[in-house]
Amino acid sequence: MSHPVASSSLWGRLLRRWHAWATIGPGVGFIILFLVIPSFMLMAVAFMTQGPYGLAQMPLSLQSFRELAGFGFFGWSPGNLYTLWRSVWQTTIATALVIVISYPIAYYISTRPAHLQPLLLLIVIVPSWTNQVIRAFAWMNILAPGSALTNFAYNLGFLSEYMGLFPSTFAVVLGLVYNFLPFMVLPLYASFQNLDHRLIHAARDLYAPPVKAFFQAVFPQTLPGLMAGTVLVSIPAFGMYVIPDLLGGGRSQMIGNLVARQFAESSNWPLGAAAAMLMIVATLVGLLILRRIGRRAGGGKEVVL
Amino acid sequence: MARANTRNTSRHFPGLATHAAFFFAYLYIPILVVVALSFNENRLTTIWTGFSTDWYWAVLNNSDVLRAARNSLIVATFASLIATAAATLAALGMAQGRSFRQQNTINATLALPLLIPEIVTAVATLIFFVAIGVQLGLLTITAAHTVFCIPFAYLPIRARIEGMDPALREAAFDLYANERRTFLRVTMPLLWPGILSGALLAFIVSLDNFVITFFVSGAGSTTLPVYIFGMIRTGVTPAVNAVSALLLLVSLVLVTISLLISRKDV
Repeated sequence: MSHPVASSSLWGRLLRRWHAWATIGPGVGFIILFLVIPSFMLMAVAFMTQGPYGLAQMPLSLQSFRELAGFGFFGWSPGNLYTLWRSVWQTTIATALVIVISYPIAYYISTRPAHLQPLLLLIVIVPSWTNQVIRAFAWMNILAPGSALTNFAYNLGFLSEYMGLFPSTFAVVLGLVYNFLPFMVLPLYASFQNLDHRLIHAARDLYAPPVKAFFQAVFPQTLPGLMAGTVLVSIPAFGMYVIPDLLGGGRSQMIGNLVARQFAESSNWPLGAAAAMLMIVATLVGLLILRRIGRRAGGGKEVVL
Repeated sequence: MARANTRNTSRHFPGLATHAAFFFAYLYIPILVVVALSFNENRLTTIWTGFSTDWYWAVLNNSDVLRAARNSLIVATFASLIATAAATLAALGMAQGRSFRQQNTINATLALPLLIPEIVTAVATLIFFVAIGVQLGLLTITAAHTVFCIPFAYLPIRARIEGMDPALREAAFDLYANERRTFLRVTMPLLWPGILSGALLAFIVSLDNFVITFFVSGAGSTTLPVYIFGMIRTGVTPAVNAVSALLLLVSLVLVTISLLISRKDV
């Protein structure tokens, strides 16, 4: 769209520039004021010292990072490092499960009649727009002692009597998978839409079993969708707070819970801010790793990201 | 696009339909369980004894729930209106602003609320409000919500503008319509579905937000999700199911409307 006063005169350029900032200013300004500046404050707090009521005070120090690494009043303890490690592997397992579940669904939807596909996608997306707390609470109902699923697990011998399936790491992973499925199905579906089905025909005509046909004929074509989905799932899953809080016990808490605890119950703002910074750094490292994997698997080509 | 290679190959992979059936069940059973249990007569949430609407009456007569619901509506209304106005302006500006080079930076800034983990945003915003000495309340919640509502409103509006045929505007100019008239008679009517869709999405994400609200709400400014979280933490009665079912219903209806609007062709 060209601007009506699209003259190259100085006056025209100035007018356009003013126009641009008057339109973009409010939105960008709001985000800078209430998100970018607060983020810098968070970084500053991470380098401050714990003061009265857990708030931050001067002088600047690295005390919070030492605490984060486990050095406290009573010597070294591995608790925080465990939490970090747990965040990584719970995220990894949940992401892997999401991938395995989503592939057939994305493929299934992409092979339905064209007029049905938007409807099916809508059905996939809609639950993720509902309240996160309520969805976790729904699983609490299903996994509680005495529920049908719990009784089933008890009869199979997985549980002792009067126990529930939550709080547990199992429940946390289940909740994470439930929460993030749509974020994998959508990008995979986009990849499947452009799938060259002749390769599948060829593979099957040459007697490749379905598994081999999948890995040789389908998988390489859907790599961009897979990489995009992995980012959309694993990054927010890593920072998840509500699901481990409600569905997990003390042994399945993640780094998001560590951050939250420092601002809610135990009140140690510098430690919480340091943990939040670690979270962002870990997120960036994760992005870089995924990017590298994507590039290698894509045969040197840039695959999304 | 009808191409020869888009023939259906799903028959080569048996069991797809069964997997899909399990998948959709997995997606919707938790939601159905909450709704079903909200009609359970028994105090113990997981044991079904009979149908009853008592919990809904209990919820609708609970002044704390009503206050939380009112707070949620106030915040969601203001946050989504401000965010949609800012997002519409930004989308229009970005569409015209080929002349300036900061396009990528601006797009990244507008998407920033989606990239930073929610819990980090929450504690950063809390630090900010405490540092500048603002009393935590509906005002702070609304400001924090407006931030993450902006990208949700911006994306559908931007998509709508990009899908617009520039010839329509040019035709208006050719017919001697001035800038204002073209904007009101051509751009806005075409943009309207995008704006409405974006506003609805912003309203829903604000209404349903928990993590950020939890950290920037003060005493007396509890919203519905924060109130529900408290109910779950302190002990579950079927009343939680009833409130949850009501909130679920609102979200489901609004998001379906929004997605249907944005699907309509330009």
